[in-house]
Amino acid sequence: MLSKSKIFLRGTTDVLPHMLSVIPFGIITGAIGVEFGFDPLLVYATSLIIFGGASQIIFMQLLSGGASSLVAITSVGVINSRHLLYGAVLSEYLEKLSLFKKLIISYFIVDQGFAESNKYLKENNSQMNLHYHVLGGGITLWFFWQISTLSGIILGSFIPEELGLKFAIPLTFLAIIVNDLRKLDHVFVMLASGFASLILFDAPFKSYIILSPIVALIAAFMMLRFKR
Amino acid sequence: MTWLSILLSGIVTYFSRMAMIALIDRDMLGSKVKEVLNYVPAAVFPAIIFPGVFFNDFGSIVEFTDPKIYGAIIALLVGFYSRNVIATIVSGLLSYWFIIFFLLK
Repeated sequence: MLSKSKIFLRGTTDVLPHMLSVIPFGIITGAIGVEFGFDPLLVYATSLIIFGGASQIIFMQLLSGGASSLVAITSVGVINSRHLLYGAVLSEYLEKLSLFKKLIISYFIVDQGFAESNKYLKENNSQMNLHYHVLGGGITLWFFWQISTLSGIILGSFIPEELGLKFAIPLTFLAIIVNDLRKLDHVFVMLASGFASLILFDAPFKSYIILSPIVALIAAFMMLRFKR
Repeated sequence: MTWLSILLSGIVTYFSRMAMIALIDRDMLGSKVKEVLNYVPAAVFPAIIFPGVFFNDFGSIVEFTDPKIYGAIIALLVGFYSRNVIATIVSGLLSYWFIIFFLLK
């Protein structure tokens, strides 16, 4: 039986490698917000209140480009709607918690934390207090996101643009799923999602981010039916 | 006005994080749905990876000679055999930098 603090720490160490992409992305996000001409306090508020990298950039980009608030808010909602899927997966492990704890944990659910916790929870599903892994990963990601966006706001984009560090973002997600390439059924679903995202890329409100997973999950559903 | 937009965006985002965990009873999902949910990582992350590799900053598709494609292939191979997150990201970045700073200069 692992102690709560051990599980929490495991969550922390599991997400640490992703800081390679989270920190530069955070700095870029903070710096871009100021470059768009927003009040630094306002830029930081997006990290605290929205807390979702890509959606924060799109939000500020749209508003600075003269889009209406409604368009900006809708885009954030569409981009972040993928968390509904993460929640549906994690709910299996969190269902016994009190409503209060569920409400607290929910705030800390982000892509990398979900992915690492999902792996850990699947392998250790007989353990108690598994939610400490979700918290450990989530709070670590939250902390580094706040610090890195703040540095971007204060210091500007001190990362040379020529480095093309934006490329670290697809790489971090590649690192998350690369192990599942050993399973043909997962490869099929990944290809469905990937090609759907290329085709749907220009759909309004960045909706390819949620439409492609839906297409891929429908493909997964059909695949499971064929298997029987 | 901008503050209100941030607040509303935050509420929408928090709702998407919280809804399935706090509001939905797990028993409401059938066994088929639970089986499909196994594929959520495989269904979500390629939709972030593919555009990040195959589109440029202006949203148009890159040529097949683009350094990002080769960086991604190296990262994929290293990740597949090493099963290590840091090795995957670093190998992808280093090979990408090698191409743009040495091969293309």
